[in-house]
Amino acid sequence: MTESQRIETEPNLDPGWFEDRVVELLPDLLGAARSLAGDPSDAEDLAADTVARAWEHRGDLRERGRFRGWIFRILRNVFLSGRRRRQSRPVEVPLSDEEGEDRPFSLFERLHQPFLLWWSNPEEEFLNGILREDLAEAVDALPDSYREVLVLIDVHGFRYAEVAAALEIPVGTVRSRLARGRSRMQEHLWRHAVDRGLREPPRPGQRRPE
Amino acid sequence: MNEMERIDCEEAVQRLAEYLDQELDPDGSTELEQHLERCRSCFSRAEFERQLKTSIRENLGSADVPAPFEKRVRLLLKGLVEGE
Repeated sequence: MTESQRIETEPNLDPGWFEDRVVELLPDLLGAARSLAGDPSDAEDLAADTVARAWEHRGDLRERGRFRGWIFRILRNVFLSGRRRRQSRPVEVPLSDEEGEDRPFSLFERLHQPFLLWWSNPEEEFLNGILREDLAEAVDALPDSYREVLVLIDVHGFRYAEVAAALEIPVGTVRSRLARGRSRMQEHLWRHAVDRGLREPPRPGQRRPE
Repeated sequence: MNEMERIDCEEAVQRLAEYLDQELDPDGSTELEQHLERCRSCFSRAEFERQLKTSIRENLGSADVPAPFEKRVRLLLKGLVEGE
C-alpha cells in the first residue's frame, strides 16, 4: 500500500474512533430508523444492521468529515433493501391508494380564523403545542406505504423522483401517497389535540364563549 | 384574483405542497409566490404547512437511545472488531 492509499483509508482503521462516532450519532440514527420502520424493535434492528454494514464497508469512507452523511445513506439503503426482501409478503396498501379518494383533511382549515384580531393566532398556538411524541404517534399510525414515502421526503429530504426510484413506484403514486399520508397525519394530530381538550375554534358567524 | 395574477386560491392550494417540497417548476413557483404576496389566507396556509414540515423533520430526526440498545451496539462493534 502506498502512503497516499494508507492516508485515504486511515479513518477506517481506527475502531475506537468509529465506535465513538457511531455512539455519538445513535440518537439520530435511531430516530431515522424509528420513523422509517415504525415499530421500535424493528427500528433497533435496522439501526444495528446499519452499524454492522457501515463497519463492513468502512473502506468506502474516504473522509472522516463525511461520516454522518455516509452512514445515513447506508441506513436508507439497508431499509430499502430490507423492504424489497419483504415484498414477497403483501405490503399494506390502503384501497384508496391507487383509486378512489380519501377525503382530504387540512389542519389549517380547522384552525384558521380569518376574522380574528391580529394578536390571536390559533395555527401558531397549535404548532407550538405539538410534541415530538404526538408527531411520532401520528406517523407511526400511518399505513406502511404512506409512512415510508412521507418519512423519506419530510424527514430525509428525498426528491419525489428519488423515492419513486427507490420504492419502484411511479412518481404519481409518490405524490398521491404523500398527500394522503400528510392528510391522515394531520387528522390524527387534530383528533389527538381535541381528545386532550383543544376546543374547536368557532366557525365564522359563531360567537366565542366568554 | 386580479389581472396580473395567473392563479387563484384553489390553484395555489393545489400547488402548495409541491412548492414547499421544492418540486414545482420555476414558472409555477413564481406564479404561486405572486399569489402568496397578495393573498393573506394562502400566505398563512403556506407558513403553517412550512412550519409543520420543519417540525416533522426536526422532531423525528432523532430519538432517545435506550441504554440496553447502546450496550447492544457497543457489543456488536466489539464482536465485529474481534472477529477480524
